[in-house]
Amino acid sequence: MSDTTPEHGTTPPAVELRGIWKRFPGVIANHDVNLTVRAGTIHAIVGENGAGKSTLMNTLYGMHRPDEGTITIAGRQVTFRSPTDAIAAGIGMVHQHFMLADNLTVLENIVLGAEPTHGGRIDFAAAKRRIDELKDTYGIEIEVDQLTEHLGVGERQRVEILKVLYRGARILILDEPTAVLVPQEVTELFENVRRLVDEGVTVIFIDHKLDEVLEVSDDITVIRSGTTVATVTPDEVDARRLGELMVGSELPTPETTTSTVTDVVELSVSGVTARHAAAARHGAAGGTGGTAGSGGRPLLDDVSFEVRRGEIVGIAGVEGNGQLELVEAILGLQRIDAGSIHLAGDDITSLSVRKRRHAGIGYIPFDRQREGLLLTSPLWENMILGYDDAERYVRGPWIAAGKAKTVADAAIARFGVKTPSNAVPAFALSGGNQQKLIVAREMTANPSLLIAAHPTRGVDVGAQAAIWDELRAARAAGLAVLLISADLDELIGLSDSLLVMFRGAVTARLDPATATPTQLGMYMAGEVQSQEEVA
Amino acid sequence: MANIRVPDPRRVAAAIAAPLIAVAIAGGVSAVLLVLTGHDPAVVLNTLGNRLGETNTLMDAANRAIPLYLSGIAVAVGFKMNLFNIGVEGQYKVGALTAAVLGAAVTLPGPLHVVFCLLAGLIGGALWATVPAVLKVKRGINEVVSTIMLNFIAISLVAWLYTGVFKGSAAGELNTRTKYLPESAWMPDLVSNGSHRVNSFAIVAVLVGVAYYLLVWKSRFGFQLRASGANPFAARTSGVDPTKMVFRAMLISGAAAGLVGLPELLGDKHAYTDTFSVGLGFDGIAVALLGRKHPIGIAIGALVWGFLDAAGRFLDLDGIPREIVTILQGVIVLAVVITYQVAEQFAQRRITAETAAKAERLDLEVAG
Repeated sequence: MSDTTPEHGTTPPAVELRGIWKRFPGVIANHDVNLTVRAGTIHAIVGENGAGKSTLMNTLYGMHRPDEGTITIAGRQVTFRSPTDAIAAGIGMVHQHFMLADNLTVLENIVLGAEPTHGGRIDFAAAKRRIDELKDTYGIEIEVDQLTEHLGVGERQRVEILKVLYRGARILILDEPTAVLVPQEVTELFENVRRLVDEGVTVIFIDHKLDEVLEVSDDITVIRSGTTVATVTPDEVDARRLGELMVGSELPTPETTTSTVTDVVELSVSGVTARHAAAARHGAAGGTGGTAGSGGRPLLDDVSFEVRRGEIVGIAGVEGNGQLELVEAILGLQRIDAGSIHLAGDDITSLSVRKRRHAGIGYIPFDRQREGLLLTSPLWENMILGYDDAERYVRGPWIAAGKAKTVADAAIARFGVKTPSNAVPAFALSGGNQQKLIVAREMTANPSLLIAAHPTRGVDVGAQAAIWDELRAARAAGLAVLLISADLDELIGLSDSLLVMFRGAVTARLDPATATPTQLGMYMAGEVQSQEEVA
Repeated sequence: MANIRVPDPRRVAAAIAAPLIAVAIAGGVSAVLLVLTGHDPAVVLNTLGNRLGETNTLMDAANRAIPLYLSGIAVAVGFKMNLFNIGVEGQYKVGALTAAVLGAAVTLPGPLHVVFCLLAGLIGGALWATVPAVLKVKRGINEVVSTIMLNFIAISLVAWLYTGVFKGSAAGELNTRTKYLPESAWMPDLVSNGSHRVNSFAIVAVLVGVAYYLLVWKSRFGFQLRASGANPFAARTSGVDPTKMVFRAMLISGAAAGLVGLPELLGDKHAYTDTFSVGLGFDGIAVALLGRKHPIGIAIGALVWGFLDAAGRFLDLDGIPREIVTILQGVIVLAVVITYQVAEQFAQRRITAETAAKAERLDLEVAG
């Protein structure tokens, strides 16, 4: 916005990185990275997953030392041996995943690890005065005496920001701060961030939602393949151009063209209600947010919908509003107290997980590493996971390694999993390739219903396009897809029909052709709760 | 954890280097201990070295390796499922007593009687392992705690039973024991020169090793077991109930443990006596760790362990306490575990980097 800040020229840059190289065995994660962040500005760093953003931020936050290059903070060249050094230099980082203790109050969380003491006891009064000052100065609204477990995602983020400011940070690194927020919360976050900058704080934020980046930042630095390729101002570029800078080529879009929806109902969920969390899940992926099920509210509240062959039904919602429970109820991992689930007309409500999957349910899980992979096992064994009774992988009671490897090789080739061989353990693959492997495994089984939870989360643009293509092709071939995604563009672009979940219930049915991200956000935040039927 | 599947010469070298380094470290630490206690490490090395070329000691080592191998397999089955069955000690005693009592109570023709005793041992061990299995599955009680406690109970219970209800020895007899097994249940020696021998139970041990390999590494059941052990969440999502697998693994482990006392019962003492070996269950943990849960590795571990047991006795002749061998064994296990862990981390890092490089990508995200 203001690319002619008066300080420019007089004040040294808040952060200056020159010629940063960071190598890991066999890999150059960052090479020749140059970054100048003007003091008191919002500086966005954008790039695909795997472009080297995290490595760069870890360098700046003292998580590791660069092999070459210099870091200059406010005109002074520094060497960070640990994050403690970085904090001492006034750098604070707000991670994408919040690290707050639920059973402590906001105040306690903020001072945790940096408690002011008075005669050997924690001086909460002093801490509170200090926090009140910070709240006033930076215009951050939060009630500090409440328990953290009652906070929503946006509030938790404000606590994290306060926590960092409390430690004296003047340079704030926000790692994908909007990933978990609904649009209204994003607006609030940006107001907070602007206020911080007005008060002289420098904000570096990592993001890949380009519209947001263009809206809020003063400068934008693009990282591609481990190096900084351009620094631009929002006036100079639009989202498309920025995306092309990130990818280095033309952008794919999630749009589906013609409808392939048939009349045949593949999945029918009717009146499904669940009150108790699945016993075997302890803080499982996707169940974060902590609000679901508390206060006696059902985890799933009379959920009914249908997915037809050739149809993609998208589910929008802030994480923790029942999406995970719904998926697990369909898979048989979550016990339900009322309602029924039919697959292709057959009642599967009381079948085991294995039998349901046999009946044709494929699943791309919420958290690929936790629920979808055996990290230390080779890829070909990972292909078998969940299908160790499929004829293509076994011979009688034995695993048929030869057959399984042949199938794995074919799937690896078809889905473009980048790996030297099928014998590589899964941990060695990048996140995007792990995801492609899971998609490959599930699609190889020829499911009749695919439950895809965040199918392209953390996946680079190339892999994203490949996964979208596969989903579209399978849809055209009659696959029914239940799509859960936090990426509203993906949801709107791919879905034939869109449901919004809020507090365990389906609160809206929207037509993706007319729905906008803002409108969707209002439903997701629970501000509108009408059963708007657009069929 | 990461099984060696990438045929990379450097990886093979690393796999061989790790145990060698471990042995070197163990030797070094033991040498320091010996010097500190006023003994000459060279004498110990010499004594142990000389025994390596001696048939009698080697036969003793091999014979000793038989129960150690079975015990190692019993522990390893649990390890594969992330279960720490510390209760092999108790389970093998219950198994041995079951076989001793039931075996002496029936009359059967030759090989059949042996098979009957084997089954009795398997079932006895499995039944005793059912207790911690149920506690874990139904009540979430950590199997380490329950199996340790059950060891105490088993040891006392078995002692009470064979000196009481099942006592078969006469009043004036030197050793208290159960009734002798009829000769049809005895297992002959494979090799023998009078005082030193290797019992034919070695064949059973080999068969158990093969069965372990096929079951855990090659079968669908084994795949589900390993999947549940490696990632219970993924297993659950894929339709395998990790709880059931925990139960089954515990029972298989207990069954294998039930065989541990049988070489001594069927091949040597022919009754459960107060001279029965103790500590084989705990040694099995060490052997399983030494062998990295692999059937061949466990065999090597059992032979090394057996050799140290057999050769250690001769240290007394040099005026060196044979306990030094026990210390050496402990140090070897620690050194092996640590060395493998370090080697594993190096390997993981290298594989990750190489895979990324080969995939021509620059996407190593440290945070991830």
